[in-house]
Amino acid sequence: MVADIGDGFVVFDHVQKSYDGETLVVKDLNLSIAKGEFLTMLGPSGSGKTTCLMMLAGFETATAGDIRLDGRPINAVPPHKRGIGMVFQNYALFPHMTVAENLAFPLEVRGIGKSEREAKITRALDMVQMGAFGARRPAQLSGGQQQRIALARALVFDPKLVLMDEPLGALDKQLREHMQFEIKRLHDDLGITVVYVTHDQGEALTMSDRIAVFNDGRIQQLAPPAALYETPENLFVASFIGENNRLEGTIEEVGPRSLVRLQTGELIDATPVNVHRKGQRTIVSIRPERVEFKPDMMPANAHTLDARVLEVVYMGDILRTRLAVAGSDDFIMKCRNTIGQTRLEPGQTVRIGWHPADARALDPL
Amino acid sequence: MEGRPLKQALARAQSRAKRRALLLVVPLLLFIVVTFVAPIGQMLLRSVHNDAFARNMPNVGAWFAENDGAPDEAAYSALVADLRLARENRTAGEVGTRINYELGGTRSLFTSGARGADDLEPPFATSLVEDDAKWADPQLWQVMRTASHAYTASFYLAALDLTRDGDGNIVRVPEGRAVYLSLFAKTFALSALITAICLLLGYPVAHLLATLPLAKSNLLMILVLLPFWTSLLVRTTSWMVLLQEQGVINNTLVATGITDTRLPMIYNQTGTVIAMVHILLPFMILPLYSVMRPIRPHYVRAARSLGATSWTAFRRVYLPQTVPGIGAGALLVFILAVGYYITPALVGGASGQLISNLIAYHMQDSLNWSMAAALAAILLAAVLLLYWLYDRLIGIDNMKLG
Repeated sequence: MVADIGDGFVVFDHVQKSYDGETLVVKDLNLSIAKGEFLTMLGPSGSGKTTCLMMLAGFETATAGDIRLDGRPINAVPPHKRGIGMVFQNYALFPHMTVAENLAFPLEVRGIGKSEREAKITRALDMVQMGAFGARRPAQLSGGQQQRIALARALVFDPKLVLMDEPLGALDKQLREHMQFEIKRLHDDLGITVVYVTHDQGEALTMSDRIAVFNDGRIQQLAPPAALYETPENLFVASFIGENNRLEGTIEEVGPRSLVRLQTGELIDATPVNVHRKGQRTIVSIRPERVEFKPDMMPANAHTLDARVLEVVYMGDILRTRLAVAGSDDFIMKCRNTIGQTRLEPGQTVRIGWHPADARALDPL
Repeated sequence: MEGRPLKQALARAQSRAKRRALLLVVPLLLFIVVTFVAPIGQMLLRSVHNDAFARNMPNVGAWFAENDGAPDEAAYSALVADLRLARENRTAGEVGTRINYELGGTRSLFTSGARGADDLEPPFATSLVEDDAKWADPQLWQVMRTASHAYTASFYLAALDLTRDGDGNIVRVPEGRAVYLSLFAKTFALSALITAICLLLGYPVAHLLATLPLAKSNLLMILVLLPFWTSLLVRTTSWMVLLQEQGVINNTLVATGITDTRLPMIYNQTGTVIAMVHILLPFMILPLYSVMRPIRPHYVRAARSLGATSWTAFRRVYLPQTVPGIGAGALLVFILAVGYYITPALVGGASGQLISNLIAYHMQDSLNWSMAAALAAILLAAVLLLYWLYDRLIGIDNMKLG
């Protein structure tokens, strides 16, 4: 899959991990992260992403394979010598220390003198706009404030690499979005390399340079956010990220204009991804917002399907329309709520179509 | 303008609920008063109040109230009158016992004095002393003067190895008869040692309990609690079996050639310490465990990722967070150890006895309950002092018992 993982800043080279000696949690991880990159490991729980992060931080040892940091193998380096900043899911601020003491901790254990320490602490606190909170205890801070302090503590000793393990999981939506922006800003300002673990796809899409989608102990796809969303390489990635419609059918024609014949007999336009032969059975995935029902919005000679409107849910920015298409009752079409938008009514029949590039015939069945 | 003020309305609205709540706790309140407050109050009273002499010897008491200094003929005649009264009421033994607490060997003086009191002729100052020369002892008169008041501090003085000489000055008791202070010191020192050993042994176990997966930690927890479910006597006796001169441990040590002489490990301080550590260990482990359980491994991991060695991470991050448990466990074990009775009584021998054994002796053998009460009150005061100290140093609201 990955021919040469090269000499990135962080390199996972054929890394495997098993906890019980029977099953592999991480199956064969090859990943190269460039210096200054913001890489997100995205996946459902149990997909191995957190294990990878823990191996990188040094809290778990790889069962096989090499992990390299800045060209140096770190499998045998204990966590405190790796010099990696880490932000934990529940902040892990030391409750018996004040904010300033929390930030002083990594500096003290490095033997940094008092005056330099104070300068660094002030700078780090200012960086997260928490300059006035040095004397507080973590318990006296709100979740968002604790998160900022955890961030400042991970950055105060100027690590080159910062790991974040679902750091925003405990915050409410608005705060989370704000913090995403803050983290991204710090990443850009400081030029640090960030490895970020999350199961929240929105978070991954907004922040990352590249996203590694994990499932079943493997990276399913490694790509920048737009590529991941628009050209998913397999069914898991397509369904894990964003909403998608699935239509089952058989490849009718492969070539400049590939066609898939649905089980109900209709022909649709599609782009083959992992299927190559005529006659192969496959699932076609189409994003709801790429489905059109007005002929002038579709490419010329697009194949169209009969659809009956079952339900229109008004969601403010979009009209989420559920259609009965080719024997399926939950085909979703998202229409932008613009001034001239045609309002569909339940019971109405329309013909829907799409651009061939948006319908991806993914995995063979 | 709303009529009644808001506060009044609130109090009225809540009064019914408050009454009902009070009704629910009344049984418990009564139980505590009857079984806890009253006995302790009575014990404290008994430690300063003993009217065995004052009640039965009214005449000499009246003389003490009016006169200072050495006894004259009037004093002796009052004493003889009281001795005759005591014979009549059969209270001479009671009176003698009271004086005997403070001046050894005087109980028989009173009983035989009362028997012979009817035959005495005045002047009593000579006839009584002729009967027994001890009646002229100035210290006896000093003790009687003290005892003529129902309320007295003399039990506390005795409990602190102090006494009054013939002139009423407070002095130390002679070297050979001083037992209490050194025993208090030994009790506190041994309790501190037991607490320290419990902490050293219990801390790793509690940590293991808190970090192992649930199935394994449950098994370990059963092992920790097992001693709780076994009779105290059985546990103590099994230590006898293990530790005695011909016991399992000594046999093993000699058989393997580690030592030639058999070690005296029981019926002395060593035995008391070993057996009490074993019995009190769960009281250290459980509070520690309850404090350690919620400490997530994230903290130590965070410390490690921030550059701390595992020792620094433990010392600066983990240990400080367990201080409430250490405090609670140490306080609990220490207080239990200070008052422990049965184990030292069984395995302590002569050198392993603690203050509680002496309290028991005064309760059961010498029947000097006032003395027992004074010793117990001093123990209680010391424990309260300790508690206060703990509150000042660590803060009682930081304590977690489970």
